[in-house]
Amino acid sequence: MSNAITRDEVAKVARLARLILSDAELDLFTEQLGQVLEHAADMNSLDLADVVATAHPFGLTNVVREDVVIASLDRDAVLAMAPDARDHRFAVPRILGEAP
Amino acid sequence: MILPNGWEMVVGLEVHTELLTKSKLFCGCENHFGSEPNTNICPVCLGLPGSLPVLNREAVDFAMRIGMSLHCTIAPSTFHRKNYFYPDQSKDYQISQYDLPINSGGFLDLPDGSRVSIERAHMEEDTGKSTHLGGSGRLAGADSSLVDYNRCGVPLVEIVSGPDIRSSAQARAYAAELRGILIATGASDGRLEEGSMRFDANVSVRQSGAPLGTRCEIKNLNSLRSLQRAIDYEALRQIDLIEGGGVVRQETRHWDENLSETSTLRVKEDADDYRYFRDPDLVDLAPDQGWQDRVRAALPAMPAERRAGVVALLDDVTDAQLDAVEVVIDLGLEKYVHAVAEASGDASLAVARTANELAADLDNVANLTTEAFVTTVLMEQRGELSATQAKTVLAEVLISGADPRDVAAAKGFEQLSADSLGSTVASLIKAHPDEWSRYRDGDDKLAQFFIGLVMKLTRGQANGKAVIAELQARR
Amino acid sequence: MKSALQIAADVRSGASSANDELERTFSVIAERNEELNVFLHVDFEGARRVARDVDERVARGEDVGPLAGVPIAIKDNMCQVGIPTTCSSKILEGWRPPYDATVIQRIVAAGAVPVGKTNLDEFAMGSSTENSAFGPTRNPLDPSRVPGGSSGGSAAAVAADMTSISLGSDTGGSIRQPAALCGLVGVKPTYGLVSRYGLVAFASSLDQIGPFARTVTDSALLLEVLAGHDPKDSTSLPEPSPSLLAHLNDGVAGQKIGLVRELVEGADDSVVTAVRSAADALREAGAEIVELSLPELALTLSAYYLIAPAEASSNLARFDGVRYGLRVNAVDVTTMMEATRTAGFGAEVKRRIMLGTYALSAGYYDAYYGQALKVRTLTINAFARAYEQVNLLLGATTPGVAFKFGAKTEDPMAMYLNDVFTIPTNLAGDPALSVPFGTGEEGLPIGVQLLGPGRSEAQLFAAARVLEIADGRS
Repeated sequence: MSNAITRDEVAKVARLARLILSDAELDLFTEQLGQVLEHAADMNSLDLADVVATAHPFGLTNVVREDVVIASLDRDAVLAMAPDARDHRFAVPRILGEAP
Repeated sequence: MILPNGWEMVVGLEVHTELLTKSKLFCGCENHFGSEPNTNICPVCLGLPGSLPVLNREAVDFAMRIGMSLHCTIAPSTFHRKNYFYPDQSKDYQISQYDLPINSGGFLDLPDGSRVSIERAHMEEDTGKSTHLGGSGRLAGADSSLVDYNRCGVPLVEIVSGPDIRSSAQARAYAAELRGILIATGASDGRLEEGSMRFDANVSVRQSGAPLGTRCEIKNLNSLRSLQRAIDYEALRQIDLIEGGGVVRQETRHWDENLSETSTLRVKEDADDYRYFRDPDLVDLAPDQGWQDRVRAALPAMPAERRAGVVALLDDVTDAQLDAVEVVIDLGLEKYVHAVAEASGDASLAVARTANELAADLDNVANLTTEAFVTTVLMEQRGELSATQAKTVLAEVLISGADPRDVAAAKGFEQLSADSLGSTVASLIKAHPDEWSRYRDGDDKLAQFFIGLVMKLTRGQANGKAVIAELQARR
Repeated sequence: MKSALQIAADVRSGASSANDELERTFSVIAERNEELNVFLHVDFEGARRVARDVDERVARGEDVGPLAGVPIAIKDNMCQVGIPTTCSSKILEGWRPPYDATVIQRIVAAGAVPVGKTNLDEFAMGSSTENSAFGPTRNPLDPSRVPGGSSGGSAAAVAADMTSISLGSDTGGSIRQPAALCGLVGVKPTYGLVSRYGLVAFASSLDQIGPFARTVTDSALLLEVLAGHDPKDSTSLPEPSPSLLAHLNDGVAGQKIGLVRELVEGADDSVVTAVRSAADALREAGAEIVELSLPELALTLSAYYLIAPAEASSNLARFDGVRYGLRVNAVDVTTMMEATRTAGFGAEVKRRIMLGTYALSAGYYDAYYGQALKVRTLTINAFARAYEQVNLLLGATTPGVAFKFGAKTEDPMAMYLNDVFTIPTNLAGDPALSVPFGTGEEGLPIGVQLLGPGRSEAQLFAAARVLEIADGRS
């Protein structure tokens, strides 16, 4: 059994990711994620303090478009793919809390 | 408002302003308030699978204008994703600048001479709008909600002040001055009622000189009045709480304008883990010197500079005049003041007429040429029109755009000729010999007595200065 | 099976028609799709309409383009107007995009006929196509084995002679690995060479669309059409697309090619032998072969399995049941989102979302995601150093030949290790391709991998062409 990640941490991550895990899945994921994270320990043994992080392979900068309006999608077509729509809007069950 | 028992409030403001671009921040959908729901949406702002964002150049220009106006440093910046699930956010993350904002480290000087530091002014995208069904129409108690994504992806700049504000009045003055700047830059229309500018206030209290207290954030204040009242309420609430032995809890609060109170919206939770990381769909933004110079060259004068320009025209400035100047600057009418002051030499009159008469009919000011305004005020100054007549003429010119001389003629406001005024004055002198002799002996107050009589006789068409001139000539 | 080059030539000359080529494709699909599960959706009507249009334009004497009338299979993670696009996930079942991916527009403009959408590991997460919500695809060369993944369906479509070419996407080897396992040429282009607009994102900083084909020539033909700047993709390279076909027969004389120890180590003997023979073949064609070591590559698997899941955890957040796709109803929106995502995603997708969410979360970012980004820098530097000494690099594509169903499904780490040779170039953003060379166990094909610096596709194709000829394939 790996201890790179605990079952409680897996449960917390599931909540953050909006996934519901059964007890069995929690056990399995704790084990499997632990293995991947343990494999990643090879990185953590390195001293990379002076290495710059690369988020992107090529350093493009200032990619912009001109401020020009282009046609939007047809509303009916877009709402037709929605699981639920009313009054030309996307309908959702009640929202429990305010946005951050 | 002065806080009791040696308490001091510490306030920082976060101001979100929508930018007046034609299209959204990362797609070509129209950026327009008030469209039919879900008509300004495309794969990108709707977060459809496979869609990708491309940054709007004009939004960058506006962001830089704002930064430059606030004396910020413009630096290479990046876009991050702020990850949280919420239905009005089509990708379930918001693209926002995080550790490297485009603008940082500036300041804003307020008319009272105080300075508020600006920590940063960064770019981000707005969210959609939810309508709540059932219950009171507010989120709490609703059965379900309907989402309109027209606003989703509209460009925002968030301006974050330092915790430098010490009173609600100063907070209001800061917000008002910032609003003036945003309008002047052309970045924002400043329409609070449409939500194109929104204020969040971070409020804490402490005993003067003590370390900072725990702060609460009051969200989405949408008028200057609400901002000021909410801050006062919140500071007093925290003081009451602490003096009653309680502890301020870090939380987000909602201001209810009708109830005049704040209430808990959400408590900061462990779940607030936004997992910020660089958005791999966007590249670095690093406007070079040439781009920055072009933006700077196109920057108009800011309110503080314009205010100083008008104040400099006035000799001993009264508080009432300062208020009038504020109106002129706020409404962007100073070109009229400058034109009249130059032509008439009377800046005080220029400010008064602009702040009162023009401000009263903003819808039509666009019709008014500076020439027409100057002509009208000069006619008044020369005694060709009384003050009342001048206002009437101006009101008409604002509506019709006609030549003020024609309007005066059509209204029968042709000046009381010097001859006819002279004979009126002469007959009054004859009728009131006692008053006349007292005036002649140096009692200037009696001038008002004669002016009153002339006005009565001419039904207000005479000019007071002209009457005095006639009286002086006969003294 | 005719090559795409031949089909296009025949259609343009009138020797064949787009319609005939398409009907031939449909008949092979009818014969084998049920057994192999290659296509999730075949667009009979739309494809016939496009083919008819091509034929009409040929009849009018128009230049229809380099892919005139060539049927092509599309991996089902690319958007096509009105065509179901599922990413092999229940969460997108039934969704029909209202817009076209840029690559779809480009291939249609070049005269190609998209015939349908092929199976993949759900959201391209996997190496065997066993993670599809709609059942695994079978390897046409041995239906008891996997075709590789995640672009297993697109590889199988070509391997089964359904189409001559197909589109895949490669995030950590998802084109090269199935190409190797199905005996095809598979190319992961330079990051930014092909637009990602309309490709449902797995890991945005790593994803690239690329071609599958039987021949090096067809691969180059298709990539020339796909490549080019797209203003809808901020990460699209600004330079014009490279000329590839013109350099196919440039050979490798005078080139220095590095045989990378870390890209062979741990592979099966038959694979090691194939790579060594490939090196010999290149040497015989005039290249200088140097053996070299890039120890940093040993770290890339760890970095990849943090970076890709991190990006995926955010990219896949939008599948929340609000705007499109699956919704599982519940009393409040949070519960609805949880129920929808729990029902809609398969186990591997959940595992990677969990891993990525964890790697980005407060307190772990620096140790995992942040550290992985630094390893990414080391990887880029290591390749850059290598390309100061040599023009191209050579290694294995996979540790072994196509494996049996279920061989690695119980152990995610074993499955992940299957990508160990292909992942490094995705982290670097550089191009790489897999070309068949020799055979292994039970005569199954082996792929060798050629790697080059950014925008070196022309040299890669020239070297691959040398190997193709040496392997007696054309």
